Amino acid sequence: MLDTGPVTLSLRLLKFGFSKEYLEPRMFRRPDGLRDRYDVVIIGGGGHGLAAAYYLAHEFGITNVAVLEKSYIGSGGTGRNTAIIRSNYLTEEGVNFYQASVDLFQDLSRTLDLNLFYSPRGHFTLAHSPASLRTMRWRAEANKHLGVESETVGPDFIQKKIPELDLTCGGKQPPVHGALYHPPGAIARHDAVAWGYARGADQKGCEIHQETTVTDIEIKDGAVEGVHTDKGYIQTDRVLSAVAGWTTGIQEMVGLRSPLVVHPLQAVVTEPTKPWLDAIVVSGSLHTYISQSSRGELVAGAALDPYELISTRSTLTFAEGLAGHMLDLFPFLGDIKIMRQWAGLCDMTPDFSPIMGTTPVKGFYIDAGWGTWGFKATPISGYTMAHTLATGRNHELIEPFNLSRFSRFNLVGEKGAASVGH
Amino acid sequence: MKILTCPINGPRPIQEFHYGGAVRDMPDPAACTDEEWADYVFNRDGAPGVKAEWWYHSASSVWFIAERDVVNDEILRTYLWGKSESP
Repeated sequence: MLDTGPVTLSLRLLKFGFSKEYLEPRMFRRPDGLRDRYDVVIIGGGGHGLAAAYYLAHEFGITNVAVLEKSYIGSGGTGRNTAIIRSNYLTEEGVNFYQASVDLFQDLSRTLDLNLFYSPRGHFTLAHSPASLRTMRWRAEANKHLGVESETVGPDFIQKKIPELDLTCGGKQPPVHGALYHPPGAIARHDAVAWGYARGADQKGCEIHQETTVTDIEIKDGAVEGVHTDKGYIQTDRVLSAVAGWTTGIQEMVGLRSPLVVHPLQAVVTEPTKPWLDAIVVSGSLHTYISQSSRGELVAGAALDPYELISTRSTLTFAEGLAGHMLDLFPFLGDIKIMRQWAGLCDMTPDFSPIMGTTPVKGFYIDAGWGTWGFKATPISGYTMAHTLATGRNHELIEPFNLSRFSRFNLVGEKGAASVGH
Repeated sequence: MKILTCPINGPRPIQEFHYGGAVRDMPDPAACTDEEWADYVFNRDGAPGVKAEWWYHSASSVWFIAERDVVNDEILRTYLWGKSESP
């Protein structure tokens, strides 16, 4: 007979089984209806919007805030990215901004009193040619100059850290010449970041309205007056649009033009395996990035879909291409199955930097252009946008990312630091 | 969209094509203001809706225009530059 050991079904679990209601406290309230007026309305209940609400309440004392989310919180890019956090960018503006985000992330589980499974792994960007190794060296020197841990490493070092990696790529792809190694590179549980910020904002009195769609924004004499939603009209003179992939629909409501064009970015997770991959592995040439989650699944993504599309559909072409390149790097994965495949919307900018801060419309603030790099910027975007909303002036970290840079021909080129060539 | 109809070669798998961006008019660089030029260089119409776009059939080097809904990926019609009727 099978020995199951002593039965230790807890009394608490038993109570859950018999209860008609969920016994744990909810993470945040579900407000009955919209108020007539808020000091700040945030469109988009993703990580960025919720973080902005959190910092408005905690750092700047503004608590009459509504976060409007058309679906459920974290349902957009926040829950669809591959959860990588790093600061090894290329420009001074980019490195300083993303490093400030990493600094906040490192303490965020404590700040939000919620385990975000923040896990520093070491981040390798593989170079498959001497030319790409030169770009890695450039990034490493720019990073070191700004105090970010980053260096180029040779094949021996890579092999020691990632024994399973086939440096020859099976002879089917150019072999690995070296890598850009960024030890603080980390992954975290992305949904929990949204939940943690939501709970923190809610505790201070901010309201989170899910299933509430913004239908129009009221402008008078070049200034924001209010927001129309499918649940009614709200008066406000400050609106933050933090909707990333849906920004091109929102910007039309206020008559703004921007370079944003939306492309889907797809990703997959495999069935779980025992822990074998500690590092985060990125290959720009093979358009692949892979890490292993704390549940043991491999999380992998690749390049953007090649043409504009505002849809989260998945394609077989993508899964085939990605699987092929994963096998070039880790041939033994041939028997591993893909469990899920999905897509997120990426609002791409021409210089691969975000669009943040004030706009020509008074009271309309934007946090967009998050393309493929938004999750890692969640804490610092929330903080700097809260600062900007509270003071009316752009925080110094985001001044270079203002929408006006495109009319001043003053771009912040970060394409060379994108994880893969898009 | 998995099949795209080239005005010369007929229906072909999407893998044979490359996307060339929206059809746009270039302002006269000698006559326009810096602002108009910056708008042309950087800004795009990224809103949801039907757009006229350049597509390229790489197997036969044919550039043509497709009218496509960028929300549901449906192709409404394709035609060669200068000819707005479907073949």
